[in-house]
Amino acid sequence: MTELSKIRNFSIIAHIDHGKSTLADRMIQHCEGLTDREMKNQVLDSMDIERERGITIKAQTVRLKYTAKDGETYILNLMDTPGHVDFAYEVSRCLYACEGSLLVVDSSQGVEAQTLANVYLAIENNHEIVPVLNKIDLPAAEPEQIRAQIEDVIGIDASGAIKVSAKTGEGIDELLNSLVEILPPPKGDPDAPLKALLVDSWYDTYLGVMVLIRVLDGTVKKGMKIKMMAAGTTHLLDRVGVFTPKEILVDELGPGEIGFFTASIKEVSQTNVGDTITEFKNETARPLPGFKPVQSVVFCGLFPADAADFENLRDSMHKLKLNDASFTFETETSTALGYGFRCGFLGMLHLEIIQERLTREFDLDIISTSPSVIYKLHLNKGEVKKLHNPADMPDPTLISHIEEPWILATILVPDEHLGSVLKLCEEKRGEQVELTYAGTRAMLIYKLPLNEVVYDFYDKLKSISRGYASFDYQMDGYREGDLVKLSIMVNSEPVDALAMMVHRAQAEFRGRALCDRLKDLIPRQLFKIPIQAAIGGKIIARETISAMRKDVTAKCYGGDISRKRKLLDKQKKGKKKMRLYGNVEIPHSAFIAALKMGDD
Amino acid sequence: MSKNITMGDLAIYIHWPFCLSKCPYCDFNSHVRGVIDEDIWADGLMKELDHYRKLSGPRNISSIFFGGGTPSLMSAGLVEKLLNRIAQNWAMAPDVEITLEANPTSTEAGKFRDFSAAGINRLSLGIQALNDADLKALGREHNMKEAREAIDLSQKYFKRSSFDLIYARMGQSLGDWEKELTEALTMAVGHLSLYQLTIERGTAFHTAHSKGRLILPGEDLSADMYDLTQAICDAHGLPSYEVSNHARKGEESRHNLAYWHYADYIGIGPGAHGRLETDGEIYSFCQDRSPEKWLANAVAQGHATAQKDCLTVQMRAEEMIMMGLRLSDGIDLKSFEKRIGQKIDKFINQTYLQHLFELGYMEKGVYQQGNQPGHHLRATKQGRPLLNSLLAQILAH
Ligand SMILES: Nc1nc2c(ncn2[C@@H]2O[C@H](COP(=O)(O)OP(=O)(O)OP(=O)(O)O)[C@@H](O)[C@H]2O)c(=O)[nH]1
Ligand SMILES: C[S@@+](CC[C@H](N)C(=O)[O-])C[C@H]1O[C@@H](n2cnc3c(N)ncnc32)[C@H](O)[C@@H]1O
Ligand code: SF4
Ligand SMILES: [Mg+2]
Repeated sequence: MTELSKIRNFSIIAHIDHGKSTLADRMIQHCEGLTDREMKNQVLDSMDIERERGITIKAQTVRLKYTAKDGETYILNLMDTPGHVDFAYEVSRCLYACEGSLLVVDSSQGVEAQTLANVYLAIENNHEIVPVLNKIDLPAAEPEQIRAQIEDVIGIDASGAIKVSAKTGEGIDELLNSLVEILPPPKGDPDAPLKALLVDSWYDTYLGVMVLIRVLDGTVKKGMKIKMMAAGTTHLLDRVGVFTPKEILVDELGPGEIGFFTASIKEVSQTNVGDTITEFKNETARPLPGFKPVQSVVFCGLFPADAADFENLRDSMHKLKLNDASFTFETETSTALGYGFRCGFLGMLHLEIIQERLTREFDLDIISTSPSVIYKLHLNKGEVKKLHNPADMPDPTLISHIEEPWILATILVPDEHLGSVLKLCEEKRGEQVELTYAGTRAMLIYKLPLNEVVYDFYDKLKSISRGYASFDYQMDGYREGDLVKLSIMVNSEPVDALAMMVHRAQAEFRGRALCDRLKDLIPRQLFKIPIQAAIGGKIIARETISAMRKDVTAKCYGGDISRKRKLLDKQKKGKKKMRLYGNVEIPHSAFIAALKMGDD
Repeated sequence: MSKNITMGDLAIYIHWPFCLSKCPYCDFNSHVRGVIDEDIWADGLMKELDHYRKLSGPRNISSIFFGGGTPSLMSAGLVEKLLNRIAQNWAMAPDVEITLEANPTSTEAGKFRDFSAAGINRLSLGIQALNDADLKALGREHNMKEAREAIDLSQKYFKRSSFDLIYARMGQSLGDWEKELTEALTMAVGHLSLYQLTIERGTAFHTAHSKGRLILPGEDLSADMYDLTQAICDAHGLPSYEVSNHARKGEESRHNLAYWHYADYIGIGPGAHGRLETDGEIYSFCQDRSPEKWLANAVAQGHATAQKDCLTVQMRAEEMIMMGLRLSDGIDLKSFEKRIGQKIDKFINQTYLQHLFELGYMEKGVYQQGNQPGHHLRATKQGRPLLNSLLAQILAH
């Protein structure tokens, strides 16, 4: 057990790419958690997808030993957090488990949207905050300006901000020293009954479910029988350990310490993040309040391109869910796409990542339908129905009105792009709340309907600001909207997979764009095919694909019929990759392309 | 050999796999080689003829086709030897059709008279284009002057003669083709083969095409060219009897009709294919493709059959449907039942067929078969240029 006064627990928080994980690398190296040979860039980003994209998705905890100027050796528990808004819940739970935060700001870029979002979270958690001005090795770095900006925009004292380069290692020792000085040690009663926070859990192929905990009171020991208070389950601990970042087994963890245990738990779903862990038959009297469960905000259908892959897809989703409880799925059937799943995600990046992992790690070819948010349908009878699949939309005459989710968005953008960003927000039905300046950057607070944001807002924002705008949001309740279901009909048959909920003012434009795109994507058939967009029974856009005119083998190779047969077999195989729609064959590539958002 | 009234017909294909040079569009089994030892080849080919005689039993030879490659590079002596061996092995029909494929270079044309004397009675010339620039672009060894002379000589020495053109070529307009075809019709007699240029994998054109260096007419233009071809040829009395083949009544290539009617034929020589019915089963044959391998095997073991399969009823039916629908007359339903042993409906997806009837791409009806009326299933004039798509539908399970 470590003396409380010798422990410092902190999260590293920042906007995306401001260098959190790289800073963690330097700290690990400085404290000799890993040898130089074991070290690699962003060593804590261990998932393939994290390494490839250079982003952190899952928070990671490391326990380091640091000998400070005062000659004392301290235990530092650092938690590297993800920067992207979709994974903000990861940040929240880390913050709850520590006493302080390092607020990393890229001194060549300054304060960005997620800097604000995350620092406000830290303040809410009563954290002591150490501002860190990173990337001072860059020629464009302006640490003094950024220091002023932090004070100006965030309103915290940045006079003690430490200038570092996570790349070169400059300033790391100073940073470690000051965080030992500035951050408060944890509090806790070693003699009280065990009380620990379940911070995170994940599935490890060798060790099974691993549970990350922060001990508040008492001690957790190997062999102890614990109880998860909200779940009401008991478990016998078979391992207790810490990450240095290597897994090291220890006998016990005392108050203020962060570490893991295993207890032959089969599934991550048996563990609730935020739950209080106590000793069985020696329970703490005051369990923690727990976390609000994470809720999916974006939904879409995922279908196997080859219908035969359905079970395979189900298995793969189960496997992914082992490590990502925030991803939800249930079976769905589509007349166009067959059997598949309706899936819920934390946001668009999360959706993209899951899709990519299914494709790459499980080698599945999948089709995803337009992302949707959750609408609240108020029926005439007074009932309220939640809708996140346009296919489930009831007859509009049964509906009195529809509500849609709104968000409160923070956008930071260089002055020269402000005009186009304002225009974009207006186009997306936004309502301006505030416009202030942080240096030469405008800080915009806008209320926006979430459905516009999942459609193509983020891509557009990036492109009109040449990547210089940053964006963060939080949910901001529901509001009534003039929403309609836009249906697409191919050869007079509605294609359920292409239906979407849109604002009436945008229906015609979207309908026309989709028809136009489909016209080029669906190959000619033996007859001509109308493609229509409709609201209710009313056609609002129409295109026609003309009939195929030529498809015949010119030559006859002597008596080589086998060659013709091969051609026919190939053609028949190609047909399997088509979805038959009425009499029309639509290749799944057409669905994929038609469903790609943001380029119309 | 005594002639038996119930003896079945048999068509014979003989493949000569050599050419002077390889044309950039061609993916036939053709090879450029130096000197060929004709005696060894004669030996190998005759051994295969004897081998197939054993398999086929006594038959009535209705047609013989020397194809390639470039069989006009063979000596007339070799052709004669082979014809003699065929005549020894089987009964020759009195009106047997004996075709040789020829390239129109002057040296080859110089041999026409001898080929005729050797027993060839029909010549098929690979003209391909009617202007020097395009002939060059197609990598051909001959020019227009030689082409004209070869056509004249072929008509002089052979009772029947035909030539091939390739159209929908790179850069060709509808007007260009109209002019070329009209000119061709002034030169043609009873038969003409008109193929749209096809880009085949593994050819020089395929590489050029995939790199965008070779631009071909798109679907609409190529369809217009096809329709125009039908109209012009109809007007000149050479209607199409098959997707790419046109003939005056009675001048159809009987040999090729054997394929399309799914009759029995054997294939001799490298890469040749055969379909042969014995003891109530239909077998498919395929000879070794490489000339050297074929020769070694044919000489050593009497044949170079690389693959022989017994076709299931389903396969036979599909093959007969695929081939038969290429014909303007389509598939004779009686002949189908006779050859396959079951009604055609059993093998065709009726939902799709019904839809194709409604669209006017397929029809069932009565037609003139020789002197008698017959019942047939066929692709209509509108349906034939879409045949691959029609087949994929009606043969879908
Ligand atoms: N020049 C320079 N580059 C740095 C420094 N710190 C980080 N970087 C680079 O900045 C990029 C982002 O670094 P990360 O450590 O992945 O940033 P992060 O904040 O963990 O990013 P997310 O986890 O995606 O939010 C990488 O290319 C780093 O090499 C620094 O001090 N100087
Ligand atoms: C087996 S080839 C050989 C004939 C002969 N060697 C010649 O080239 O004249 C028969 C015919 O097929 C046609 N042909 C060959 N390759 C073709 C292609 N890629 N596209 C269209 N027609 C082709 C030509 O018209 C050719 O005359
Ligand atoms: S087109 Fe004829 S001459 Fe040219 S390579 Fe092919 S078979 Fe030989
Ligand atoms: Mg990171």
